[in-house]
Amino acid sequence: MRYALLVQGGPYSRQAAHSALRFGEAAIARGHRLETVFFYHDGVYNAARLAAPPQDEPHLVDRFRALHDNHGTQLKVCIAAGLRRGLLDEREAARHGKQGHSLEAPFELTGLGQLIDAGLSHDRLITFSP
Amino acid sequence: MHDESLNGEVLVILRHAPHGTSWLREGLDAALVAAAFGRRVTLLFVGEGVTALVAGQAVGALGQKGTQPTLEMLAMYDIDTLLVDQQALDERGLGVADLLLPVTTLAPPELAATLAAHPLVMNF
Repeated sequence: MRYALLVQGGPYSRQAAHSALRFGEAAIARGHRLETVFFYHDGVYNAARLAAPPQDEPHLVDRFRALHDNHGTQLKVCIAAGLRRGLLDEREAARHGKQGHSLEAPFELTGLGQLIDAGLSHDRLITFSP
Repeated sequence: MHDESLNGEVLVILRHAPHGTSWLREGLDAALVAAAFGRRVTLLFVGEGVTALVAGQAVGALGQKGTQPTLEMLAMYDIDTLLVDQQALDERGLGVADLLLPVTTLAPPELAATLAAHPLVMNF
């Protein structure tokens, strides 16, 4: 089955992102395809390039990145929710006159329309919310 | 008996009160975008979410934009199927006369049928 996940919880403070990762990894292990993860609401913080958790805790940003690198999962971040919360790629950082950027590939800033498309074009959209 | 005229393609479930968090605003944003992309959108207000429809709301004290102007704009986006959990209204002492827009109230079995009838369900 072709899955999309909607992640709406911030990393470490809520279980939603941990659960989404575990679900996604388990689905892939069972032979399903995890084609898209969409980050919205506080879920956008899971794309923070500078996240530096203690070494004895799971590195959620790296785990999401690994889904892309190993399985081609697209990692899409709502641009409106991201900009409000300080998640900017190089282009948006330049556009807003900010030094440095906080989001980089394979995470990509995109519109909410992509969430609707993902929901309607995949076999399942599973929401992980706090 | 489930009224099939209430079915759309995208069901957006709103579960949160208008102030205190951005859930309602970001949920409504998703609904508006779906409608702008030409999808038939149904809104379903459940739990605390029913308070989003109470008339006479002011802007929040925390510098948030109010959500009432967005709700009043729904018709422009052809979002005119507003469903409300009757039980949630009852629990809060509210009736449809307290709400700022015309709605259809649903009893629990109809809620289940509504969920089953929409290809895409999103929870906010």
